[in-house]
Amino acid sequence: MASAQELQVQKKRELENKEETTIPARIFLPAADIYEAENDLTVILEMPGVEKKNVDIRVEDGALIVEGRLDLTNYQGLQPVYTEYNIGHYARSFRLSSKIDQNKIAAEMKDGVLSLKLPKVEEAKSRTIQVQ
Amino acid sequence: MIATFVDPFDTLFNLQRALEGRLESDWLRDQTTSQGPFPPINVFQQGEDLLAIIELPGIEKDSINVQAKENIIRISGKKATTYPEGVSVHRRERMSGEFDRTLSLPVQLDPDHIKAEYRDGILALFLPRSERDKPHSIKVS
Repeated sequence: MASAQELQVQKKRELENKEETTIPARIFLPAADIYEAENDLTVILEMPGVEKKNVDIRVEDGALIVEGRLDLTNYQGLQPVYTEYNIGHYARSFRLSSKIDQNKIAAEMKDGVLSLKLPKVEEAKSRTIQVQ
Repeated sequence: MIATFVDPFDTLFNLQRALEGRLESDWLRDQTTSQGPFPPINVFQQGEDLLAIIELPGIEKDSINVQAKENIIRISGKKATTYPEGVSVHRRERMSGEFDRTLSLPVQLDPDHIKAEYRDGILALFLPRSERDKPHSIKVS
């Protein structure tokens, strides 16, 4: 499915929040892939530099909120001399439809990629209808 | 000119400001050749040596190729995003494909002591400066 076109760098998009952050830092939106299978919806977020223990996922008011924090101690004592991208925490939220069973959301994190599985509620699974 | 990160609350913000400030840096402008701009690389200085940090989430460690010679480093590999059969894609923002990037640095490196570490989607290359490149003090007799 991936074409042979050249890989492009996606400049990081900054998070535009209705509320201001209390820490004076910039937060970025992780790139997301969303695809739907028969029984569940999968959301994949790329958050390089974020360890599994620094990921915070919660469901609030029908919204799925994902936050990933970077460990800044790795950058102490380093002086930037050539930079092409910015570094920061990640946050993104998605509105969940009522078709998702919010209690059964599962998450897996590997190599900076977070995969969320959102199972659909029983009634939302598509049914084929026989034509008589 | 040196950005020191002292205040813990401002630490991330100062780092981000320092990174932004150097986005237009001339340091490597005429010396870098690449197939394309992916993946984005940040180069830091740690004492005498350099540290290159590259964001490569979701890559198989074995598919990353790092080569070094004199003052050039080359990073190549394949980034794959695979989807199961028969799914309907709602949103596609992640990129996948092959990458091959060469970076010319203004210092001579010691290729035997270069260390590469891939963790949590970040490839960190520890690039020590070659001994011949470091300034030697000369005794005046």
